[in-house]
Parts: sequence; C-alpha cells; structure tokens
Amino acid sequence: MTSFFTDTAGIILILPFVAFLLIMAFGKRMKWQGAEIAIGALAINTVWATVLFVQNMTEGVLAKTTFEIARIGSDLVFELGWVVDGLSIMMFFLVNVVGLLVFIYAVGYMHGDVRVPWFFAAFSLFAGSMLVLVGAPNLIQLIIGWEGVGLASYLLIGFYWEDLDNVRAGNKAFLVNKVADVGLILGAIIVALAVGSFDFGAINVAAVEHLEALSSVAVVGGLLLFLGAMGKSAQFPLHIWLPDAMAGPTPVSALMHAATMVTAGIYLMARTFPLFQNLAEDARPWMVAIGAITLFAMGLLALVADDIKKVLAYSTVSQLGYMMTAVAAGGYTAGLFHLFTHAFFKALLFLGAGSVIHAVHSNNMSDMGGLRKQMPITYWTFLIGSLSLAGIIPLAGFWSKDEILVTLGHEGYTVVMWIAIAGAFVTAFYMTRVAALTFHGTYKGHGHPHESPRVMTVPLVLLAIPSAIAGIFSIPGVSLPGIGNFSEWLAVREVAMGDHHGEAIQWALAASGIIAALAGIALGWMIFGRDRETQQARDSFGVPVLYPLLRNKYYMDDLANGVVGATMGPVARFVNWTNTYIIDALVNSVGLLTKGLGSFVYGVLDQRGVDGVVHGLSAAADGAGSALRKMQTGRVQQYAASFVGGVLALIIVFVFVT
Amino acid sequence: MELFETWGLTLIVFLPLAGALLLGLLPKENELALKTVALLASLGAFVLSLALISQFDFSGGTYNSYQFEVDETWIGAINAQYHLGVDGISLPMLVLSTFVMVLAVIYSWNHWEEPKNPKAFLILMMILATGMNGTFVALDLVLFFIFFEVVLLPMYFMIGIWGDRTPRKIPGFSREVETRLYASIKFFLFTLFGSAFMLLGFLALYFKSGEVSELGIRTFDIVELTKLGGLGAFTGNFASLVFGAMFLGFAVKVPMWPFHTWLPDAHTAAPTVGSVLLAAILLKLGSYGFIRISLPILPEEAANWAPAIAILAVIGIIYGSLACLAQTDMKRLIAFSSVGHMGFVMLGIATMTDIGINAAIIGMVAHGLITGLLFFLAGSMSHRYHTREMSRLGGNIKLMPVMGGILAFTAMASLGLPGLAGFWGEFMSLVGSYNPLDGLSLGVFRTAMVLGAIGTVLTAGYMLWMLQQVNLGEPSAEWESKEFHDVDRFELAAWVPLIILIVVIGFYPKVIFDATTDTVTSLVNTVFNAEAVASLGSGG
Repeated sequence: MTSFFTDTAGIILILPFVAFLLIMAFGKRMKWQGAEIAIGALAINTVWATVLFVQNMTEGVLAKTTFEIARIGSDLVFELGWVVDGLSIMMFFLVNVVGLLVFIYAVGYMHGDVRVPWFFAAFSLFAGSMLVLVGAPNLIQLIIGWEGVGLASYLLIGFYWEDLDNVRAGNKAFLVNKVADVGLILGAIIVALAVGSFDFGAINVAAVEHLEALSSVAVVGGLLLFLGAMGKSAQFPLHIWLPDAMAGPTPVSALMHAATMVTAGIYLMARTFPLFQNLAEDARPWMVAIGAITLFAMGLLALVADDIKKVLAYSTVSQLGYMMTAVAAGGYTAGLFHLFTHAFFKALLFLGAGSVIHAVHSNNMSDMGGLRKQMPITYWTFLIGSLSLAGIIPLAGFWSKDEILVTLGHEGYTVVMWIAIAGAFVTAFYMTRVAALTFHGTYKGHGHPHESPRVMTVPLVLLAIPSAIAGIFSIPGVSLPGIGNFSEWLAVREVAMGDHHGEAIQWALAASGIIAALAGIALGWMIFGRDRETQQARDSFGVPVLYPLLRNKYYMDDLANGVVGATMGPVARFVNWTNTYIIDALVNSVGLLTKGLGSFVYGVLDQRGVDGVVHGLSAAADGAGSALRKMQTGRVQQYAASFVGGVLALIIVFVFVT
Repeated sequence: MELFETWGLTLIVFLPLAGALLLGLLPKENELALKTVALLASLGAFVLSLALISQFDFSGGTYNSYQFEVDETWIGAINAQYHLGVDGISLPMLVLSTFVMVLAVIYSWNHWEEPKNPKAFLILMMILATGMNGTFVALDLVLFFIFFEVVLLPMYFMIGIWGDRTPRKIPGFSREVETRLYASIKFFLFTLFGSAFMLLGFLALYFKSGEVSELGIRTFDIVELTKLGGLGAFTGNFASLVFGAMFLGFAVKVPMWPFHTWLPDAHTAAPTVGSVLLAAILLKLGSYGFIRISLPILPEEAANWAPAIAILAVIGIIYGSLACLAQTDMKRLIAFSSVGHMGFVMLGIATMTDIGINAAIIGMVAHGLITGLLFFLAGSMSHRYHTREMSRLGGNIKLMPVMGGILAFTAMASLGLPGLAGFWGEFMSLVGSYNPLDGLSLGVFRTAMVLGAIGTVLTAGYMLWMLQQVNLGEPSAEWESKEFHDVDRFELAAWVPLIILIVVIGFYPKVIFDATTDTVTSLVNTVFNAEAVASLGSGG
C-alpha cells in the first residue's frame, strides 16, 4: 500500500544532506553549533521512518520512485530514487532512531571539543549517505551511497587530523574499502549487464526466474559483490580497517558499528538475496566459511585488547561474521534480525564505553575499574547491552543469535553451527571481561569520575529498552496479533522473500547457546571478577603462544603493512625511475641525436621537423643564456608569422604537387 | 536567428582572436583595460556558446550531421573548405573550452607570474582560445590541423616565458637547464613530432579520397571522408598506415603511455593558468581527434587498433598512478594523475561502444573541470608557500580552511567518488570494457576492465596520500610566523562555478549525455556495425 508517507519517503534520503549544507553555512553561528540542525533533520526522519515502520507492520508497504539521470543509447539507463519496502523501512528505522539517539548523546560528548559544527556536518553526511544506500532502488545509487559512507567515515575517523596517526587510520579505512569496492563495481557491472538493468527489482526477478544470461555469471558476479560486502562489513581478511577506525570520536564508532557503514555489506547481500539464494549456490559455502572464520577468530581478538573500544570493535567484527554466515547460508531473516538487535545493543555498548571514557579520560581498561558505584546508569545499561550481546535469554540478542543457529542447522552447516555456539562462549567471555575490568574491582585511573550528564544517559536508557525486549518481534512460531513478526515485515519486497524460519523454539539448540554463554560468563568472572593479579597476567590465560598471537592480531596488520610497504614504495619509485631514465632518456637522446645529425647535414634536411629540433635544442643546450629568456612579445608575433607562413608554404607545395 | 545559425560558430572561434588584436592595440600600462577586453572576449565566446546550447536541436542527433554548419570555399586549389559545425559530441567540448577560458581570465585578474606582462600573456590566452574552440568545430582536415597547431605556439611561450625557472639536471644534458626551457621545448617538439605524422595521414586521406569517391574529387572534408569511411573506402595497408600516423598525432596530445613524458614537465613548469588550460582543454584535443576523425573515417582499422589502444590505456592508468605515488612535488603529482585519467578516456574510446565513447566524453569534461581546479589550487598554494614540495607542506587546512576544504573536495572528485563528475567516466569505461564492440577480444578488454578497476584503488591511494601530506597534520614550524591569506574573491569566482558543475554532473550526468548519446549511438550503430562495414566495404 502507499500513503502520504510512502509518497514523501524521499525526504528521508535528502534531509541529512540539507542539514549538512546548512551546518556548513550557519553552524558556527548557532547556539549548539549546528547540532540542532543535525538533530532536527534526523528527528523529522525518525517520524517518517517510524510511521513507515508501523504501517509496514500492519499492512505491508511497497513503493518505488525513480527518475532518470542518464540514458545511454537504448539499453542502459541510470536512475536515482528510493524504494520503500520491508527491508529499506527496517533500515530507515534503524539508521534514524539509532542515529538520532547518538546525535543527541554527541551533544554532551562533543561539548567543548574542536570543530563541533564540522563534526555534526560530517555526521549528517554519514547518516545521509547510509540512507541513500539503503533506500537505493538500483546498484548505481547503492554505489553512490556506499562510497559516500566511505567518504564520511574517512572524514570522521580522521576527525582529529592534527595527529597523522588518525589520518592514517582514515586512509586505511578508505583504501581497504576501496579494494573491496573493486569487487562491488565489477560485480555490479557483470550482474547488471547480464540482466540489462541496474534495478534491484529486475535483478531479483531475473534471479528468481533463473534467467540464463544471469545464471551463467551469477557465481562470479555474486562473489564479486560479496567481496564488496566483505570490505564494508569487515569480513576476514578485510576487517583490518575497523579496529583502527576507533580513532574517531566515540559517537562515530557507535553509529558506524550499529546502524551505519558496517551493516552495508549485510544489507547488500540481503538486497540481492535471490541472486545468492537461487543462482549463486556454488558461492555460498565460501561465503559461509568467511563468515565463520570472522565470527570466531575475530571474537578471540576481543579477549586481550586493553582499549575498551577495540574490544567492542572486535566484537562487532565477530557479530558481523554471524550475520554474514546467516545470510550466506540462506537465513535472510535470521541475518537481518541479528543486524536489527545488534544495532541497538552495540550502539548502547559504544555509548556506554564513551560515557566511561568521557569520565576517566582514557580508552584503556587498565585505567578503569570499580565504576559501577560512580556511574550507575552507565553500568546498568551497559550490563543489559552486554548480556543481550552474550545471548542471555530473554534479551534481544538471545533470539537473534538463536535464529542464526537454527538456520545454520537447518541448512546443513552443522560444523559452522557449532563454531557459532563456540563463538557465543567467546562473546560472553570477553563481555564479562569488559564489564568486570571496567565496572568491578578497584578504580585504577586518575581523578574522580562521575556519571555523565543527562543528555548522554537518556540515550543509554532509550537504547537499553530495545536491547532488552526487541526479541519479542521474532520468537519462533509467534506472530503478534495485528502486527505479525519480523520475518513477515522483511518479506515485503518486490520479489517475495522466502527463507526458513522455525515454527517453534528448538529447545535443545537454544539450551546449547545459553549454556555456552553462561559458561563464558562464569569463566570470565572467575578470571576477571576480582583484582587478584595484573590484568596482563590474567589476559594470558596461562597459555604461552595464544597471548602474543592475539595481541598482535594474528600479525595480519604487520603482514598487510609489510606487503604494501615493501612493494608499493619501491614499485612506484621504479616506475618513476623508468619514466626519467628510460622513456625520457630515449626522448632526450632522440632529440640530441637529431640535433647532432642536423648540424652535420645542415641545410639539407626537411624543413619542419628537424629545423625545429635544431633550433629548439640548441636553445636548450645553450642553457641559461638562451634566446628564450630574452624573448619578448615582439618575437611572439615573429614566430607566429613564420609558423603560419610555414603552414601556407606547405599548402602551396601540395597545390603544386597535385 | 538566421544570422546566428551561420555566424555563431565563427564568432565563438574568432571573437577571442579579435580580442587579441584589440589587446595588441592597447597600451601595455593600462592593465585594467587589457583585462576587461580579455574578459569580454572570452565571456562573449562563452555566452555565444550558451546561446548555441539554447538553439541546439537535442532531439535524435544523427551521426555525421552537424548543426550551425558553415561551408565556404577557402583554398579552392586543394579543395580545402572553411567548414565548421557542431554535433552532440563537439558541443560539450566547445562549451567546456569557452567556459574554462572565462574562469582562467578571472583567475588571472590578480595572479600574474613573473615576468608579469599581462598584455602578452592575455594575447597568448586569446590566441589559445581561438585554436581550442576552432579545433572542436572544424570539419575540414586542413582547418582542423591549423587550429590544432595554433594551440601549440601560445602554450610554448606561456611555459617558456612565464614558467618555472628552477634549474634542473636532465639526463643527457651536460649542464643544468631551466625547467621552463626544457619543458617548453620538449612540449613543442614532442607535439610537433606527432602532428607531423598526423598531417601525413590527413594528406594520404586527401589523395586517396580522389581515387575512391564516385566523382573522383579529392577532399579534406571530414563529413565526406566519414561517409567514404563508413562505406569501407579505406582499407588494408593504406588504412593501417594512415591510422598509425594519426594515432601518433593524437596519442601524443592525449597523452597516451609511452608518449606522455612531455606532460609532467610541461604541466609542472607551466604558469598556473597554462597548466589549467593544458589539463582542461589541450589534452582533450587528442582524444577528441580519435572520436571525430580516426574512428569514423577508419572504422575497420580502428577495430584492429582497439586492443592495442586499450592495452596502452590501461598501462597508462596503472603506470600513471604508480608514478604519482613516487612524486614529491604536488604539481607534478597532479600532472601525472592526468596520465591515469586520460587512460580511462582512451579505454572508453577503445571499446568502440556507445557506452565507452559516452564515457570518454563525460570523462574528458570531468577531467577538464576537476584537474583544471586541481591545477588552480596547486598554483594558488605554491603562490603562497613558494614551494610545491609536499614534505614541507602540511596542515594546510589549518592555515587556510577554505583552500584546504576545496582541495579535499577536488581530490575526492579526482579519485572518482560516485556522486561527483569524475565517477561516470571511469565507471562507464569499465562497463564498456566488459562488453566491447562485437569482434574485439573479450580477453583483452575484460583484463583491461579489472586492471582499470584496480587503478581506481591506486588513484584513491595517491590522492589520500597527497591530502595527508599537504592538507592534514600540524603545519610545520616553517610557516608558524607567516600570515596566510585564504582564498580571495577572484579565486572563488573562478573555482565555485567548477565546484558546482562537478556536483551537478555527478548527480545529473544527463546534462552531458543528453547532447552526446544519440549522436554516439548512431555513430556506433551505423559506422562500427561490423556487418555493415564488411558488406559495403569493397572500395580501396
């Protein structure tokens, strides 16, 4: 159905850019330095998104508006516009609601910081680009939003650009994503040319109908698109940019890890789901494997990090692995539901971490401890987020993770299912460690930390609510009266989305997940619950090799830096060398040889070519005292005249020849 | 209106030259009068080209049919005609040329490089304008050649007189040579070397046309030659030699690897306005020549050469980007970036598809706007810092926020950020490479597509690296006590229109494609259609 709100849904994509321009123009002169504009834009957006969200719950919303921005010949059309369906509405809701809360929080967090107007301008650009991405009716607009998100993240990660380390972190994020974008661009070209359209509707219809031209390239095209998704959604081994991206202000991390940027890859897979579901089956095991490696190996890295934001960052990478595994295995709803719940509790955890960082002026948990007394709101909300992430029933994270386990089991990825259960143990373990090191034990930092202002704690509370109860929307076999469930909402697409979802809770599987989580919490509490020895001693777990391996992030950054550093510099210098000493030397020697030849057979040669060479190069060789320095405009006219004369002479010659 | 139909193009081409003559009569001291005349002349040409757009019939452009045509006898003895006209392909290029020239004059208002002499400099700019505008509307090979060459001379003097005076050690020379001297001579000779072959190619076509045309009349007329070419009149060894000769002329101008080495030197040494015009317009004369002359007149031969052109184009993309990563001089880095960007343009042309050629045209326009702006910025920055060494710069955005912001924007545009003008040329030439003209090697073109896409990563790499070195971080102690003036109003007046166009074309490329697409499609469908060429082509 359509309504006023579907007809005008385009404003959701446009308002943040209007806000960007307004803040750039007037931000400095405003009371809150432009925050009011950014918040105002997202507040209006939130109203629209919420109405659409509710409408879609009750009756299903499906609409598409496009306008042509280019047409090449008869076969290639580029369009912009917006698609309003179950998937995009869910993302609109998520980006705007989480975005709005993060923006409000940022007013408190960024208070007194440098360049506040620029922060809110770039932040609006970030949210706006993501909305352009998720509202895209076709691959072209998705690419525009995709790169816009990349640009905004580059600007925000490098927000404190006085320090070149932050700039490098921004560069790394941009370039790693750019590598992945090669896949996105090539995959988009291959798929779109096979279908004859960049439109997602057309691509998905072709996939459902097993269009021959598409099925012959589906595996290659699908894997290339997946490569693009791996970059934005930080899948192993392209995850290396994400932990460094913590260089930006904490609200940026919160939004980036929750609703914006890292969800883009999962979203792309969901948007083109029929392609993977129907045609690219051969690609799916590989994608599941990448997801499984990501969810487990990256979770382990969170075990030893000291920087609280890095722990959360690795946690995000690991959770993205869950989502990717699920979507790749065929769990459209499962992957997206985890994306949905994760957005709330991960935003909550980042903002909670930000609240702590704001209080103790350090990112390191070795400077924290015992904060539960001074910061009760932060503590309790953080705890809800942690338990939800750990997958404790009945919090939201339990339901979404359980759904992923069910999907993996149902699709026959039993080994991966057990890896995911093991991952749940790891998740619970590192979250217990974070909570214990930050809020329990004794305070090890400086000064007297106190609870954050209300502008920061209210968003925490508001995020804690869905983190706790959002699971109600997707309890297996339950369709809520009048509004249905998450799976039904997300099925509203141009091409109806079918995937398996359980009729009832599989208690054995659910119990395995819960037991793994409880075991993780118990072990974590045993090791980190009380200050018995130094944190580092506890972090090594008494296992000799593991600690250095994890501390050094499996040496992957070193490898990447080493390879890039060792090759690009010398290769670039070599290329430049060939330019000067091979190509140019050849050019120069041709010139000089011609000059020599010219002085030898002076007056005998072709007028145009060699005369010029001789004249020119004698000037050059004579160096500093050459004719050119003395050249005045009078000479210009002489030269012009002789030049035109030469051309005329040539013409006359040819007239006689003919 | 009828007057405009017949005189419009002539005015656009020669108004700047008239301006140059008037400038010659004015006294050297009256700088304001000189500048006003130059501005009015260039503005006149620009306004007339806007009028041209308003009168242009955009509906269903057909290949080889031109609007605002003038066709008068010029040199009767060799049947060279004064033949001008525009179609969907040349219109964007012509408007780009007149537009950028206005901005160049505005920028020049208070930016004079040593040894100043505004009168001479403005005269050269106006001559340059006539040459550039003329090249884009000439429909006779002799006329085309003359305009093409007229451009050389003013640029030669701009570089040679107003250029960079730093002495440089150049391999093969015993003594150090002033950068400007070496660069200007190299530019001149290199281009002339190419043009010489190009002229040979033109002459060969002329003589051959007498043999193959029905009436036995020799012609330099591009329209006539295109008709003959479309009928398959030029084939075999003859065609391949002629294509090769013209290839040299155009490839040097583009410049394609390995004929590019004049470019970094010329760009680096040239005064700011010279670099801007060189990058924005002059380079396009070569790629325009391919589209206007080489491809339609020798379609079969073009298909034979296409894989080689694609390979050279891709080498240019990768090689140019890698070379950028090794530069220490900001201006030289931007110069080398042109090698890569023009590689995408040539890759588009080599696909011989409507997508690829449209990509090339929008790529040319976008490169003109973006790289033109980058050279403006590089010029204004070195004017303030008196150095272009990136290792000495840094924290520019702190010292000059507006300048730094515009530099960041332009760097993003240059690396092909979707939503800005630079994206379409790169993206669509990759699209075109996936499905080149029937009969072209898929292996070569799809490899080119992948390598080209990898090239975009390298492009992002050097642009971010440049921003890191120049714009970000803390300014070095060297600049602490120095007062920096952020952008002045003449700079803004010259740059803001470019920024707006970069965004508009980025989000609404229709502004370019509406002009080009029908013409290009009809070219591809009628001339490159392999069966049509084969079945009709028996002349020769």
